[in-house]
Amino acid sequence: MVAAAKSVSLKDRVFEILSHVPDPEIPCISVVDLGIVRDVTDDTVLITPTYTGCPATLAIEADIRTALDRAGLKTIKLATILSPPWTTDWISEEGHRKLYAYGIAPPTRSVAQCPRCGSAHTEEISRFGSTPCKSLHRCLECREPFDRFKCH
Amino acid sequence: MTEMGNERFNHAVRLGDDALILGQRLSEWCGHAPMLEIDLSLANIGLDLIGQATHFLGAAAEAEGKGRDADALAFRRDVLDFHNCLLVEQPNGDFAQTIARQVLFSNWHELLLREVSDASDAQLSAIAQKGVKEVAYHVRFANEWTVRLGDGSEESRVRMIAGLDWMWRFVDELFDPKDGAPSLRPEWDARIAKVLSEAGLEQPKPRRGVKGGRNGHHSEHLGHLLSEMQFLQRAYPDARW
Repeated sequence: MVAAAKSVSLKDRVFEILSHVPDPEIPCISVVDLGIVRDVTDDTVLITPTYTGCPATLAIEADIRTALDRAGLKTIKLATILSPPWTTDWISEEGHRKLYAYGIAPPTRSVAQCPRCGSAHTEEISRFGSTPCKSLHRCLECREPFDRFKCH
Repeated sequence: MTEMGNERFNHAVRLGDDALILGQRLSEWCGHAPMLEIDLSLANIGLDLIGQATHFLGAAAEAEGKGRDADALAFRRDVLDFHNCLLVEQPNGDFAQTIARQVLFSNWHELLLREVSDASDAQLSAIAQKGVKEVAYHVRFANEWTVRLGDGSEESRVRMIAGLDWMWRFVDELFDPKDGAPSLRPEWDARIAKVLSEAGLEQPKPRRGVKGGRNGHHSEHLGHLLSEMQFLQRAYPDARW
């Protein structure tokens, strides 16, 4: 019982620490909001990459390591798991709000909503955008182009 | 290596080499594509493939157990030790030739990674499950551009036909009964027939398939590709910055 209570609190602590570690490409959102941090076992933090070729993966690992070390958790290990594969369904509600406020349309199954004027009257310009996780869109009301986090 | 380890190594190396060599080929388009959106697309597809290659070659190195890692396999092997299919090493040519290679490859790649996802090897399955989600985008991109070029102007149509003609002789190797995936052929044939019909294109005439990539017998193009890709690690082994 004592052990169980201890591991729950470690998990909560790790999630709290990592909720302040921003994604290096999209700094408005934390690695926890993104769903990269999957679980915490007795001595290991399990993380998962977003896209296999995402160049930010190594930077994210290094940032997580630094944050854990600073919090005095130097002995806790980091391990990467691939299965089940990361999906944008794991981005939190908070993450959706932060993305939208930052100017990136969050990944919803419906049509992309313009983060500038709120219109749903938008079109896709390019399915591949400035990073592997984003596509490029245009608002047909205010005419501004914007990024959208791809449903993945 | 045990026989089991050896088989696993070969399987993972093939998957990794296909992705690595095509990823490197696509990276040659970076900064040269006909439009910004295409530049972004080809670079992103190349990046996905190099990411997949890193995982597959990492798994191969583990299966081998000789202390090599994914980088050692990518940068310290010579032509004869690469086991990619001949299709992926073919030169980019013009944009239509690149799209011809991509439409033939990505449709096969998606079917193959689905099969690997369902297979019993947990490590390779996990990599394939991630990869198959990415490859779904590659398929859509290549199919759409095949239709756009085939059903576009007279010029784009002529070029698309020439591109398919160039690439078609490397298709049989993908389905070779010995070291390919023959069971995937009917579904691949149906997919390609559908895209070509939408594009208003005929299937290229059957010709004698060229094979050998899986056994290290490559076209002259691979050596030139490796000389560029491996230059830094060859000239400055273990360079760090």
